[in-house]
Amino acid sequence: MEEVEVNLEAQFEEKVAKDIRIEPKDWMPDAYRKTLIRQISQHAHSEIVGMLPEGNWITRAPSLKRKAILLAKVQDEAGHGLYLYSAAETLGASRDQMIADLHSGKAKYSSIFNYPTLSWADIGAIGWLVDGAAIMNQVPLCRTSYGPYARAMVRVCKEESFHQRQGFEIMMTLCNGAPEQKKMAQEAFNRWWWPTLMMFGPKDEESPNTEQSMRWRIKRFTNDELRQRFVDMMVPQAEFLGLTVPDKDLTWNEAKNGYDYGQIDWDEFWSVVKGNGPCNKQRIQTRVKADQEGAWVREAALAHAEKRAQREQQKVA
Amino acid sequence: MNTKEWPLWEVFIRSKQGLDHKHVGSLHAADAEMAVQNARDVYTRRMEGISIWVVESKHIHASNPDDATAFYEPANDKVYRHPTFYEVPAEIKNM
Ligand SMILES: [Fe+2]
Ligand SMILES: [Fe+2]
Repeated sequence: MEEVEVNLEAQFEEKVAKDIRIEPKDWMPDAYRKTLIRQISQHAHSEIVGMLPEGNWITRAPSLKRKAILLAKVQDEAGHGLYLYSAAETLGASRDQMIADLHSGKAKYSSIFNYPTLSWADIGAIGWLVDGAAIMNQVPLCRTSYGPYARAMVRVCKEESFHQRQGFEIMMTLCNGAPEQKKMAQEAFNRWWWPTLMMFGPKDEESPNTEQSMRWRIKRFTNDELRQRFVDMMVPQAEFLGLTVPDKDLTWNEAKNGYDYGQIDWDEFWSVVKGNGPCNKQRIQTRVKADQEGAWVREAALAHAEKRAQREQQKVA
Repeated sequence: MNTKEWPLWEVFIRSKQGLDHKHVGSLHAADAEMAVQNARDVYTRRMEGISIWVVESKHIHASNPDDATAFYEPANDKVYRHPTFYEVPAEIKNM
């Protein structure tokens, strides 16, 4: 028995090493399954909770065009959540359980969504920075070792680039506008820059799961690698907009062909992760309320479906 | 508060006329009609499809990947099923 197990594990490792995707019914180590369920469901929760800060501005968008665009973006995020929940379900996770874990606080989601959206410029900053960081994280996941997750990410990535561009366009419009608008853009940038850098997760030395995830080819790059790429990509874009990166330590490092950036406030990061960010409670309350208030609809739809199925059966009989 | 979970459906989409329906993912819905509507909202927001099939996941029967080697064995040693098995003289064109 044990030998069989060893054999299966070796076969699994070999497939992963050869970049052959693992599919739902394939044998996989328990820890691989657990890691994936945790990561994919967290990712799904982030998409769902991520609708809230932006949803806050749908009714107050400055024009009908912006409103339609924001609505479409938020709708996409709901779609991303659903692709990901169904990928997690292929691993045996139950949808109800995942939602329950989100609502009880047991499951995490990206900390970035625990920050408030104070002005319209925050909507620009989110699209440009937060979706920009999400893309940086998600593109390598299109080649992640678990098939359903990789396929869901391909779908997500196709949709993300519009999100980033609409955000950038909002920022550009504000930066080319009146001094007050430019100021709004800079303030939003100041608010979102550091939390966005935290989106890539703890420093490599403090990310104990990274090594195993890289070996399983769930992850393809470390947190710090992706964070560095993001900084290098965003600094010139900020310069183009005429915005100042809120980091006095930011300097070009010729030797590494990238920017050196200042110290991230990890105490803030961990405090938000632990539930003490500005909006953690509000976000979960909103989700729980939506779930509770929708319960009767779900029950009624099921009752209706069952009744109809019964009637069909009687007709046949 | 714990209501029964809606059943799971697998979604297949024909992206354009002349192509097969292809599996794209799954979703929960109370019945087939709702599953088709949800599939439209979840999987075709950018004109990805012109036709949708849904089937309740529990109705799908799959081969077992652990048996793959033995299961596909019958096809494995029949190289003569491929045109490349046959030698065609250089003088013969269009074959
Ligand atoms: Fe998304
Ligand atoms: Fe997005």
